[in-house]
Amino acid sequence: MIPTLPATPRKTALTKLSGHRLLASPTGLAGTLWLAVMVTASLTAPWWLPFKTEDQDFTAVLSGPTAAHWLGTDELGRDILSRIFASAAETLGTSFITVIVGVGLGTLLALAAANSQRAEGVISRVTEIMMSLPGTVIILAVIGAVGTNIPLIMAILGVLISAGIYRVMLGQAKSLQNQLYVDAATVDGLSPLAISVRHVLPGLATTIVVQSALIFAVGLLIQAGLAFIGFGPPLPQPSWGGMIQSASQHVYDAPWLMVPTGVVLALTVLSANAIGNALGKAPNAGASHLPSAAIRRKRAGQAAAAAAATPAVRNPPAAGKLSVRGLSVGVDGGTPLVTDVSFDVEPGTVLGLVGESGCGKTMTALSLMGLLPSGVAVTDGQILWNGKNLAAATDRDMEGIRGREIALISQEPMRALDPMFTVGYQLTSAIRRLQSMGRAEAGAEALGLLEKVGIVDARRILKSYPHQISGGMAQRVAIALALSGKPRLLVADEPTTALDVTVQAEILSLLRSLVKDTGMSVVMVTHDLGVVADICDQVAVMYAGQVVENGRTGSILDQPRHPYTLALLAADPHANSAHDMPHRLATIKGQVPQPKDWPAGCRFAARCQFAGSACVVPVPLLPSGTETGLVRCVKADELAVEGMAWVATDSAVHQHVPAEVPARHRLDITEKDMA
Amino acid sequence: MSIDTPLRPESASTVHRMPMLEVKDLVVRYGHGRKAASAPPAVDGVSFAIQPGETVGLVGESGSGKSTIGKAILGLQRVSGGSVAFQGEDITHAKSGKRRAIGSELRAVFQDPNSSLNPRKTIGASLAEPLRIRGVSSGVARAKAEDMLERVGLPREAVDRYPSQFSGGQRQRISVARALICEPQLVVCDEAVSALDLSTQAQVLNLLADLRDERGLSYLFIAHDISVVQFLAQRVVVLYRGQVMESGPAAAVTESPKHPFTQALVAASPVPRPAEQAQRRAVRESLGVRTASAAAATAGGCPFRQRCPLATELCSTERPAVRRVGEADVACHYA
Repeated sequence: MIPTLPATPRKTALTKLSGHRLLASPTGLAGTLWLAVMVTASLTAPWWLPFKTEDQDFTAVLSGPTAAHWLGTDELGRDILSRIFASAAETLGTSFITVIVGVGLGTLLALAAANSQRAEGVISRVTEIMMSLPGTVIILAVIGAVGTNIPLIMAILGVLISAGIYRVMLGQAKSLQNQLYVDAATVDGLSPLAISVRHVLPGLATTIVVQSALIFAVGLLIQAGLAFIGFGPPLPQPSWGGMIQSASQHVYDAPWLMVPTGVVLALTVLSANAIGNALGKAPNAGASHLPSAAIRRKRAGQAAAAAAATPAVRNPPAAGKLSVRGLSVGVDGGTPLVTDVSFDVEPGTVLGLVGESGCGKTMTALSLMGLLPSGVAVTDGQILWNGKNLAAATDRDMEGIRGREIALISQEPMRALDPMFTVGYQLTSAIRRLQSMGRAEAGAEALGLLEKVGIVDARRILKSYPHQISGGMAQRVAIALALSGKPRLLVADEPTTALDVTVQAEILSLLRSLVKDTGMSVVMVTHDLGVVADICDQVAVMYAGQVVENGRTGSILDQPRHPYTLALLAADPHANSAHDMPHRLATIKGQVPQPKDWPAGCRFAARCQFAGSACVVPVPLLPSGTETGLVRCVKADELAVEGMAWVATDSAVHQHVPAEVPARHRLDITEKDMA
Repeated sequence: MSIDTPLRPESASTVHRMPMLEVKDLVVRYGHGRKAASAPPAVDGVSFAIQPGETVGLVGESGSGKSTIGKAILGLQRVSGGSVAFQGEDITHAKSGKRRAIGSELRAVFQDPNSSLNPRKTIGASLAEPLRIRGVSSGVARAKAEDMLERVGLPREAVDRYPSQFSGGQRQRISVARALICEPQLVVCDEAVSALDLSTQAQVLNLLADLRDERGLSYLFIAHDISVVQFLAQRVVVLYRGQVMESGPAAAVTESPKHPFTQALVAASPVPRPAEQAQRRAVRESLGVRTASAAAATAGGCPFRQRCPLATELCSTERPAVRRVGEADVACHYA
């Protein structure tokens, strides 16, 4: 009963955070190496440097690279190599002060602000003031007051930068603070500080590292800039900025002088940025699993050729009839998502595609519209709409069909509407495009459509923006939008799942009356068997990419033949009223298998209570014996004869009622059991 | 304004016992300032009690304030008025110290299995956290976490894995395990099964029922789906726009609802039997409840009056008092 997990290596936070990402990117690797070399070389400088920084060699003033002076000498004959590396440690170290102060303070402020609204108000105002202060002036003022104390200046720079870091961190910290696991920790009684440290801070780690790398580069440049204008470490102590400054005075007579220090500074800044980029990049963001456009075009051509080769349907095409034959949908690269799905939708009827998530019902519905996500394509079979095979249709053909003949309503009505435009604008522009109408005419049509979908004050709604209307109203508008091209088939992907039940009932009634009045047909994707019972004439039950049972709604829900349908009904608390509610619901052990794990035989066998040795071979869809129903189960007839029911086998591990349970609670259990 | 929810007659023997949870005249307002004060509150004078070992279902549509009530009880939402007492102790404005003291007794299972576990912590670390902050050693906490995982039907090795390695249903079991690991008295389940598929939902519902029977737990079961609530709850409280419309024994409220809103809610919940569903649809259409979109939120009177087929002038001037109708307590002038 207890599932075993596939063995996967345990990832430590450290490897996840940095290692792979940093070393996987060549620039990140190069940047890391360069910084490591710089730090090591500068820290060990006293032991290996050929000259002291003040040693003057008057025999070689302003020389280029020689055997004695690898990187040449400056105007006083001092060795450039020695000066660069001797000053590197301090330059890098003081830049790091800016990072620690800036990122540290910014993060602390963001954590505090995410924790309480009042703190956020105060901190945000203070940081706004800080960001409006002229940073350069403040730093120069500090230098005027305390002299060129580089660590102090870099720390103050950090404070000034922290306001910007705070802005970057705040949004992320707030979204982490709103996660349910933070609520759970609050319920545990974890203090706000402990929550910030344990649950929010780790989530900020990537941003912190990236920002640190960038601020490090900024610190280096600002420090060099300060030294350049004469606010570096006191002379004769070397500094990169000071060396660049003196080089700039000999830019005509000794241009080489600028090169070593300039290159080292530029490479160090680039390294910091490269590390930041490598760490900030989402894993695998560069790699695409999608095939190239050329491959996709070629595949589409093959599919069209294959479709053309199949003999045309003998029956004359009926207006508004959809028939799907042997449809398979798969990921490019082979994994099938939907296999051999067939169904018919007669004009003026509603077909339900029902199943749990991961069963392929949405993929089936999207393939009807030619709207499969990129990387997923129809691999086999036909989608015959009025006799035309949509599976082989070009994008251009589909554009003529989408909206005009087949329209879609989705689960999230708000996503179907653009928040930037009024309902009226979106509706009239769709009408003008699909029905080639003038502005005034389309406006009248829009009003009519809204009234048709049961909106009482249609004029007000036309002027509203999507955020001003409720979810139920938005779904009505989305339906009106779908109806704007007078489609003959509506594909509805879980259209009521996001709505309250009372609103759901209204939307279902609306769809029912639309079907009755206009004679259009509907393909309704849903996981709710109650919705199926309410609106569907025919139903196809899907499991793991296959139709397992197909037929008239009445016969399928009242006399299910496939064990999966049987199990779904037994697991549905809606199937029972309060007086006959069982003490335990039936369950299906395990979960829907992933497409790559589909077995060759019956895909439900591993979870089926009735599975036997006959279930290991592929099972065809056969007549179920009830009306025109079809069922994909070798034992269907046997089960029907025996009248088997899916029983609740998922029993409690410890079935006992402890003594401390109050008397009336036990009473309730027995009442329920007896009923 | 107070809405009493007297105990059921058969529970008279427990009257002298202290309720596990008692919510009295709870009011929650969102926002600050004058504008917020004039808007109708999200929760408006809600009272109910949960007895030891009892499961109370809180049902309502989106915006009815049901989740806000759960949050107020858990200390995740500031309370504007009224009180929440847990085992006789007032916890309305309890701070984290006091929350920690009662945190092992009062636990929660949240809706979204994707965000209720920290993706950066192992399952073991998440499960052990509530124990560790109460001073349990890491070895003991780990052993308990393994036991608890086994109890909710997951392998013991799961302690070393991350939430992303589990499906939604498995993660919800882990959330249940986390809630129950410190042997609580009351668990607030906020839409705990709403995001799950039918078969997985049934597994989690069965698990919740089994654990309750095993340990004599009390649940506050918050859900929008009245059928799910009636599976688990002995008593149901129906909310509309932050006010209690009807409360009473689950069977009475769901089988013969008295309040027009409860009637509409029950009739709108579809059943997977086509013939019966057609009847229910006819009943629903005959109720004459007006569409939700026609009703704007207004203060004063009965919150349901704009949609209610029975509404009169009285309903817009006077908020209905709670009356006993049959087995249920109903806030309606005409029920």
